[in-house]
Amino acid sequence: MSAVIEPGHAGHDEHPHGPARGLMRWVLTTNHKDIGTLYLWFSFTAFLLGGSMAMIIRAELFQPGLQIVQPEFFNQMTTMHGLIMVFGAVMPAFVGLANWMIPLMIGAPDMALPRMNNFSFWLLPAAFSLLVSTLFMEGGGPNFGWTFYAPLSTTFAPESVTFFIFAIHLMGISSIMGAINVIATVLNLRAPGMTLMKMPLFCWTWLITAFLLIAVMPVLAGVVTMMLMDIHFGTSFFNAAGGGDPVLFQHVFWFFGHPEVYIMILPAFGAVSSIIPTFSRKPLFGYTSMVYATGAIAFLSFIVWAHHMFTVGMPVAGELFFMYATMLIAVPTGVKVFNWVSTMWRGSLTFEAPMLFAVAFVILFTIGGFSGLMLSIAPADFQYHDTYFVVAHFHYVLVPGAIFGIFASAYYWLPKWTGHMYDETLARWHFWLSFVGMNLAFFPMHFVGLAGMPRRIPDYNLQFADFNMLSSIGAFLFGATQLLFLYLVIKCIRGGEPASAKPWDGAHGLEWSVPSPAPYHTFSIPPEVK
Amino acid sequence: MMRHPRLWMGLLSCSALSQAQAAWDVNMRPGVTEVSRSVFDLHMTIFWICVAIGVLVFGVMFWSMFAHRRSRHPQPAHFHENTKVEVLWTVIPLLILIAMAVPATRTLLHIYDPSEPDLDIQVTGYQWKWHYKYLGEDVEFFSNMSTAREAIGDQAPKNDHYLLEVDEPLVIPAGAKVRFLVTAADVIHSWWVPELAVKKDAIPGFINETWTRVGEPGLYRGQCTELCGKDHGFMPVVVEVKAPADYSAWLAGRKAAAAERAAQAAREWTREELIAQGEQVYRTACAACHQLGGQGVPPAFPALTGSAIATGPKEGHIDIVVNGKPGTAMAAFGKQFSDVDLAAVITYERNALGNAVGDSVTPQDIHTFRQAQEAGQGMQPGQSQPQSQPQ
Repeated sequence: MSAVIEPGHAGHDEHPHGPARGLMRWVLTTNHKDIGTLYLWFSFTAFLLGGSMAMIIRAELFQPGLQIVQPEFFNQMTTMHGLIMVFGAVMPAFVGLANWMIPLMIGAPDMALPRMNNFSFWLLPAAFSLLVSTLFMEGGGPNFGWTFYAPLSTTFAPESVTFFIFAIHLMGISSIMGAINVIATVLNLRAPGMTLMKMPLFCWTWLITAFLLIAVMPVLAGVVTMMLMDIHFGTSFFNAAGGGDPVLFQHVFWFFGHPEVYIMILPAFGAVSSIIPTFSRKPLFGYTSMVYATGAIAFLSFIVWAHHMFTVGMPVAGELFFMYATMLIAVPTGVKVFNWVSTMWRGSLTFEAPMLFAVAFVILFTIGGFSGLMLSIAPADFQYHDTYFVVAHFHYVLVPGAIFGIFASAYYWLPKWTGHMYDETLARWHFWLSFVGMNLAFFPMHFVGLAGMPRRIPDYNLQFADFNMLSSIGAFLFGATQLLFLYLVIKCIRGGEPASAKPWDGAHGLEWSVPSPAPYHTFSIPPEVK
Repeated sequence: MMRHPRLWMGLLSCSALSQAQAAWDVNMRPGVTEVSRSVFDLHMTIFWICVAIGVLVFGVMFWSMFAHRRSRHPQPAHFHENTKVEVLWTVIPLLILIAMAVPATRTLLHIYDPSEPDLDIQVTGYQWKWHYKYLGEDVEFFSNMSTAREAIGDQAPKNDHYLLEVDEPLVIPAGAKVRFLVTAADVIHSWWVPELAVKKDAIPGFINETWTRVGEPGLYRGQCTELCGKDHGFMPVVVEVKAPADYSAWLAGRKAAAAERAAQAAREWTREELIAQGEQVYRTACAACHQLGGQGVPPAFPALTGSAIATGPKEGHIDIVVNGKPGTAMAAFGKQFSDVDLAAVITYERNALGNAVGDSVTPQDIHTFRQAQEAGQGMQPGQSQPQSQPQ
């Protein structure tokens, strides 16, 4: 990105308010835009890496029998795919968006804690190098699923599990620091006049997400530390023979894991709540209820963790509580969907790439929500649990929910980041190919799951062959399409039609009041919000 | 859903797929028990409620996208709030949820009532097989996948029950309430038979309860559904429901076979007999990790061909097969196999797979080894509880 020297400073060569030159700019930077960019590139790299692991999985499942990889390696691929997508692709992408956009949206000059911001980013490449390096270690990488249930992950794991634990610790520290930064920024650095209830929803959802992160990342750190103790220091947290409890692992893990799925969704809710009004040319319907619904979802996410564990043999009272609480999440989520639809109702709609992704987000996420509602019914869940129906469900929630949300945001703000309009034709190709590929990959999984195919198996009965082949074709299409996105972004950075300060005529918000690309330092004098 | 499966097959087919029967099942099957049918009804009820809501919401949305696009509707409206509507669409979903919760609760309470069973069976998950023990009947056996490894590697044709077939199915009587006590020996597994709507996690150190009552005789297939390591995908569950008279005959036959096996252990075995028997045991229990030819998958699963243990002293070889190696994937097979099978497989490993030690291990050797071990640890037979061993 080209450096823009602020007016009034032109000619002061010895004191340019632009970025430093050379590689060290990126290593030492404390600028929220630079760090946002670093996060976004890191996340896209992880997305391609995690995606290529998904391609290996789908290639093996293309037809019955073992053709490409052996079961040990297959398990390593499913584990790493999950871990990389959750911790490497989706979460850093949202932190990147937060870094870039929150200061611009609330009229702040930078994030509140810029040096910590630099550190929290640079922990990530370290953590992921460690994690990925386990694949080359003797005994192989983590092979126990991204949920790493004990005792498989403690007693029967490869030795590299210790590196995996350390990598998780580093990622957790990074996430917590990112979250503290968001909270400090949103609560302290809002422009005069911007009350909390005037804040863009993206800032609201990120504020709530940050509190979720601070609440649950230590829980994840706790559970991996307990694993470490069991493996190396002779404790028996999860070893029944020593007086421990394997189910304890699952309770602690899912107390982190369930809020985590909302950590991966809520910021997208916020971004879509800016994008749909922009392209509907109409204010967001029910701003206040959107804020309350987000809060309600966050609260409920803490009391429903055991719905991942309906088959572990909980007492019936526990099953009933977790079933009812889980069903309740449908209410605030429903409110959000109804609000988005009402925002579109009687608007003046156009369908540029951000809007296409946002609309697909609403439709497909709702379908994922429906299968989620089905999964919440405990007796029916006994049949769905750990089958491909669950795989279909969470990919319908996470691919449109998180990934499409991120793509919508990227297209929405690319002109602001680069100063150029992206190639709309290519973007539409990217959307439609992603949309078709995603549905072709994941919709048939509902069917094979209902017909009885368990998840995480490298080979299957012939009755599942046809749908699996369709799924694989869809996955290859979806995967290959993402290279188009890479090309499009590079093309947009290198040039293109110059973007005005406000390239979308229906857009509102402070980020559109500064030039495109956004100057390296913005809002050194806080804007007034009426 | 697909009206021309054959056309699709033609378009998509590869060599292996041509054996596959076209299966475009898009829904769960109702199953064969009262519980599975009520679960199926519940599933369909929720599904249709979701479809109705979906049609409504997406209908409004698509209409808006069609009729309110800028070219047709250039002047957007400006409303952005309506408390009455927002309260209404909070309350109505809540009522729908209550309507769904009522039948769900009823079904759940029914599933959670394992009282007054006619028969108790203990189901134990091992990596990667199931052990069934008929409590009070003195009958127990392992159930291993019987699909040939060659079929998995595409060197042999796949049949209709590919990966869903076992050497010894669980046999239960029709019409009886069978209670399953589910546990595991190593890691967490999950015992699932879709047609019975029974799925319960098998957790080491804990015993879970579940039950079924199947009306008609038949053969029902399922799989382990909790990731349990390398061969998680190769751990089928097969339940054979027999008419009560046939079941009794089967049970008597099992008891007689157990007596026969005890007699077998006492007789003299030739080396050739042991090797022949050992090959069968090796294929079921060892080949998954050490491979059919004994070459292993180093470093996780060492090769047996030329290995120090398989070509070294007998005692060391017996010890590792009987007791396993803690902290590795090598399981203790002592409790899983009879003296004859252990002797056979050890003899096989020493004299096949590229090894030619030339000696043989007899059932008597195993018996002696076990007795020495029990005396050494001061343990009574049957008191082989797992010790608390930090790994």
